[in-house]
Amino acid sequence: MKSSRPVSLTLNPFKFSWPFTALASITHRLTGVALFGVLLGALYIMQLALSSPAGFAEAKSLLAETWIKVLVLVVLASLVYHIFAGLKHLLLDFHVGDTYEGAKLGAQISIVLSILVTAALGVWLW
Amino acid sequence: MVTNVTSLTRSGLSDFLVQRVSAVIIAAYVICVVGFFVANPGLTHGDLVRYFGSLSMKLFSTLAILSTAAHAWIGMWTIGTDYLREAHVGGGATALRLIYQSLCVLVLFVFVGWGLTLFWSLG
Ligand code: HEM
Repeated sequence: MKSSRPVSLTLNPFKFSWPFTALASITHRLTGVALFGVLLGALYIMQLALSSPAGFAEAKSLLAETWIKVLVLVVLASLVYHIFAGLKHLLLDFHVGDTYEGAKLGAQISIVLSILVTAALGVWLW
Repeated sequence: MVTNVTSLTRSGLSDFLVQRVSAVIIAAYVICVVGFFVANPGLTHGDLVRYFGSLSMKLFSTLAILSTAAHAWIGMWTIGTDYLREAHVGGGATALRLIYQSLCVLVLFVFVGWGLTLFWSLG
C-alpha cells in the first residue's frame, strides 16, 4: 500500500483556462462542500418540523419566507447537480463516456438535467 | 507530505469504493424523501411523524446518515489534502490540515449523534 496519496497539480486557478469540463468538475466539488455546510441546518429544520404541531407550523412559516425559499432552492440545486454529476462519475468509473468527447457530452447532459429538475423543484416550492 | 493516515480506511481504493456505495445510498434516500414531500402537499405534523417514525424509515434514515458521514468525510478529506499542502499554503500545511480535519470530524460527529437521536426518538 502506498502511504502517500497522489495529489492534484499545483495550478494557479486564476491563470488556468478553465475548459468547460473543468468548470463542471469544480462545481461538483463546490456543491459537495456546500452540502456539507448545510447538513446541520437541514437537521435543525427536520427536528423543528418533527418536534410538535407548533414546531411544524413554525418550520412551515420559516420555509414560507422568501430568503429561506431562495436558500432552500440553492441547496436543492446543489444537491441535484451533485447527484447528476456524481452519477456521471459512477458511469465514468465503468468507462462509460470517459473519452474527451464523451466527458464533454456527459457534463452537458448532467447540467441540462440538473437545470430541468431544479426548475421543477422551484415551481413546486413557489 | 500528505499521507493516508487520516483517510477513512487508510486505503485510497477502499475509500473510493465507500465513496461510491455511500453516494448511491444517499441518492436513493434523497429521491425517496424529496418524492414524499413533493407527493404530499397538504402534509400535517402527524403525517410527517408517521412517515419518519416507521421502522423502515428509521432504518433507512440511519443508513443514510452513516453513509453521509462516511461520504462527506472522504470528500472533505480529499479536498483538504488537495489544497492544504506546503505547495499552496506554506510550512504550516500539516497543522492547518489537522485543524481543518478536526473541524470536519466535529461537524460530522454532531451530525450523526443528533440525527440518530432525532429519528430514533420518534414514537
Ligand atoms: C448530503 C450529501 C452529500 C454531501 C455532503 C457530499 C459531499 C461530497 C464531497 C465534499 C465530495 C468531494 C468532492 C471532490 O473530491 O471533488 C463528494 C464527492 C462525490 N460525491 Fe458527494 N456528497 C453528498 C451526496 C452525494 C450523492 C447523493 C451522490 C450521488 C451520486 C454523490 C456522489 C459523489 C461522487 C461520485 C463523488 C466523488 C467525486 C470524485 O471522486 O471526484 N454525493 N461529495
